[in-house]
Amino acid sequence: MKHFLLAAALILSAPAVMACETVTIGDLTIEHAWSKATIGAGRPGVFYVEITNAGSVDDALIGIATPAAGMPMLHETVVKDGIASMPHAMSIPVPADQNVQLSPGGYHGMLMGLTTALKEGASFPVTLSFEKAGEVTVNVDVLSLRAEGPDCADAVQ
Amino acid sequence: MLGVGAYRTRKQPTRSDLLPVPIGEMTWTLTDHLGRSVRPADWAGRPVMVFFGFTWCPDVCPTTLSDISLWLEELGADADRMIVALISVDPERDTPDVLADYVSNFDQRILGLTGSADEVAQAAADFRATYRRVAKDAGDYTMDHTAGVFLFHPDGRFVSIIDFHEDRRFAVPKIRRTLS
Repeated sequence: MKHFLLAAALILSAPAVMACETVTIGDLTIEHAWSKATIGAGRPGVFYVEITNAGSVDDALIGIATPAAGMPMLHETVVKDGIASMPHAMSIPVPADQNVQLSPGGYHGMLMGLTTALKEGASFPVTLSFEKAGEVTVNVDVLSLRAEGPDCADAVQ
Repeated sequence: MLGVGAYRTRKQPTRSDLLPVPIGEMTWTLTDHLGRSVRPADWAGRPVMVFFGFTWCPDVCPTTLSDISLWLEELGADADRMIVALISVDPERDTPDVLADYVSNFDQRILGLTGSADEVAQAAADFRATYRRVAKDAGDYTMDHTAGVFLFHPDGRFVSIIDFHEDRRFAVPKIRRTLS
């Protein structure tokens, strides 16, 4: 019974915890993977994550893949002369000994061709491809459209 | 002072050409997310906060509307008389119903405004905002658009813009200045 309760508690708390999960590949640490709920599947979804390169070699995020979207791409929000645009980013540098954030208003993954609407509380996997470190899959929490980031005790704000 | 205008050249717009005209001099007509017609005169005597965006926008627009919602919460009832509006730069997709769905995710004081292509163009011209359709694959498109949040005094005078990348902590004091 005790185990059952513990398991139930883990399942219930899982959605809130996943974005706070840390995944490592080589010298890279990937955490705080989150997305925002979408209205329907017609609009693009968004993907945010934080990558820390503890090594001495520069790396780069060169692509993302997910079963949640037909055409996931890397983008950067650029505001020039007050005008926001979202050019496609061929790759996102992850320099040695640095922390890179895909976060609101900057670099982000754009999930076009969603297979289904992203519902708050759901999660989906995203595989990140790095130039040197290779591929790693993280679980992405879908937060509300209003969310500004996951609520992790160690989250960098 | 009147003579200054005569020396103005087209290549060098004066500062007043770059700033929104006072609300009372604006000429747009738009439709809100409940289907009601809205004109600048409806906003007379109220502080105003306006943001241009579109609901297909994945990053800048929900981020800005989240910020605006937090500011409004912080201001509480002080901001109840404020007109807060998202004007869509994508009227083709953003019908009043679509906007209603969208704004329901944010602070309830935020209005969604849309209109015909010409109506939206007139609103953007009055606010000196710009937007541009950018084609993507398979007939899809996105929009580049002015990302700042415009603030107006209750008498219609333009006060300032909260830039997208400026420190968000300065926003609430800026908004407060329009409320008094």
